[in-house]
Amino acid sequence: MTEIFGVPTQALFSQLLIGLINGAFYAMLSLGLAVIFGLLNIINFTHGAQYMMGAFCAWFLLQYLGLGYWWSLLIAPIAVGAFGVVIERTMLARLYKLDHLYGLLLTFGLALIIQGLFRNQFGSSGLPYQMPEALTGGFNLGFMFLPKYRGWVIVASLAICLTTWYVIERTKLGSYLRAGTENPALVQAFGINVPRMITLTYGFGVALAAFAGVMAAPIYQVNPLMGADLIIVVFAVVVIGGMGSILGSIITGFGLGVIEGLTKVFYPEASNTVIFVIMVIVLIIRPAGLFGRER
Amino acid sequence: MATPVSTAALPSRLATSGFALGTIAMIVLLSVAPFVGIYPVFLMKALCFGVFACAFNLLLGFGGLLSFGHAMFLGTAGYLAAHAAKVWGFPPELAILTGTAASAVLGVIVGVLAIRRQGIYFAMITLAIAQMVYFFYLQAPFTHGEDGIQAVPRGKLFGVLDLANTLTMYYVVLVIFVGAFLLIYRTVHSPFGQVLKAIRENEPRAISLGYNADRYKLLAFVLSATLSGLAGATKAIVFQLASLTDVYWTMSGEVVLMTLLGGMGTIFGPVVGAFVIIGLENYLAGFGQWVTVITGVIFVVCVLAFRRGIVGELAAWWAKKK
Repeated sequence: MTEIFGVPTQALFSQLLIGLINGAFYAMLSLGLAVIFGLLNIINFTHGAQYMMGAFCAWFLLQYLGLGYWWSLLIAPIAVGAFGVVIERTMLARLYKLDHLYGLLLTFGLALIIQGLFRNQFGSSGLPYQMPEALTGGFNLGFMFLPKYRGWVIVASLAICLTTWYVIERTKLGSYLRAGTENPALVQAFGINVPRMITLTYGFGVALAAFAGVMAAPIYQVNPLMGADLIIVVFAVVVIGGMGSILGSIITGFGLGVIEGLTKVFYPEASNTVIFVIMVIVLIIRPAGLFGRER
Repeated sequence: MATPVSTAALPSRLATSGFALGTIAMIVLLSVAPFVGIYPVFLMKALCFGVFACAFNLLLGFGGLLSFGHAMFLGTAGYLAAHAAKVWGFPPELAILTGTAASAVLGVIVGVLAIRRQGIYFAMITLAIAQMVYFFYLQAPFTHGEDGIQAVPRGKLFGVLDLANTLTMYYVVLVIFVGAFLLIYRTVHSPFGQVLKAIRENEPRAISLGYNADRYKLLAFVLSATLSGLAGATKAIVFQLASLTDVYWTMSGEVVLMTLLGGMGTIFGPVVGAFVIIGLENYLAGFGQWVTVITGVIFVVCVLAFRRGIVGELAAWWAKKK
């Protein structure tokens, strides 16, 4: 068996793959956070809980309606996104005139409520979710075995991230969005319904989290706390990338996932903390984040 | 963070005498509380969290900095104090001092990093660093992981007072609490505290007036971390236990909640908040995850409808009545 730096290539590549998968989730979640933050100036602490709701939505659909994975990929983001819209209309909309930190506190409270309710109902052990038939099995690439589902996660998340990037940076709709980020009052004066745009943006960001949740369901177990610790890592990813750039959060997300995977191979003790350590280093060298701008 | 400091509307002498009366009433009440049937262990827990919340409020209510990782200071001091008392055989006063000093050092390191960004980023950075600290304690051998450091000896304070006696322990905690409380009051009303408020209200203007805003913020951060450490170290000695619960992010959220519920930017608010939340948790202990749900509901209600908190609302009502 071939080795690189005393590590069997097989182990190296499989950890790299796991890193890429984790990176895909970091990218999707931090992208949603960045989109929401751009327009609402709120850090959505409920993001982890909404990711978990996406996974549970998929589980419900399969369990009670017999609707499989592909339907879930469509329905769960819409359902959880609609839930997000309700939250934005009834609660977040009241806070825009106040200090932005209140938005953080409110969404933190909401995350506690949602996670608490799900734990009451489902306990803290995970529920299994079956992989879709078409994506079981895998390819032998010669140097490693690639399970089909993992390959799918990477491809699908890249596609969704790049689509989001394209819509925001290259279309008319996106230009409204970017203008709204810069100066909402002026955009409103041009006859664009900014409050509705804000609502839909929040709904979209939440839907992105739910989409990630459905993708995670077959890999990780469906668990009420699956988003709780993950969201803190995603916060660190956001700090490292800076929230100024969409492409920046995608690159940072995938990159940090890979670094984390490599750390698992070479120095497993630090694999939990490596992202936070990188955050500290970035803060020292470039406080605005790798792709961020000082505002 | 714009906090309604309603006491500022009152004439300052009235506010001062109000503070003196309130403090004396609080001390008298707390001194007799164990004799009117209130469980001293509950009181000690509430007092420790009172110190913690007051220290946190110094940063949020008066400095406008929302730290979402304050549990790291509570937990660090707890671990160090417990380790010092149990493994190194330190007397309790030295163990508490060791823990507090450790949190002060951690406060300097984290403070230097975190004040590089503001607002929401400040909250995320403190949260992320606290999570890193949590993983460190999860893996470090001296903390015994999930078990925590158990059966920490309370020892004899200054070699004389036997802290194994619950009432003795209670009064020691009360003295620590009152000391920390007065120190925070003094800090808030010192020139330092005034500059801190000025920075909170308008940082660029404070800088243009020649104040080194970063230095003031760092000092406030370190002071807050140190006093949170004092709370954590005392708590470890009282409960003879240092565990991962005290460094986890839920604990950071809890101290935010106590301050928010009691009234941020008020002197008595965090104490009231700590007593209410600890009382609630005590009462709901048997209801499993409902505690989390109710905690979340209180958060949401406070943010949407009750931003001044209990003490803030009372003060506003009182000022209106005048």
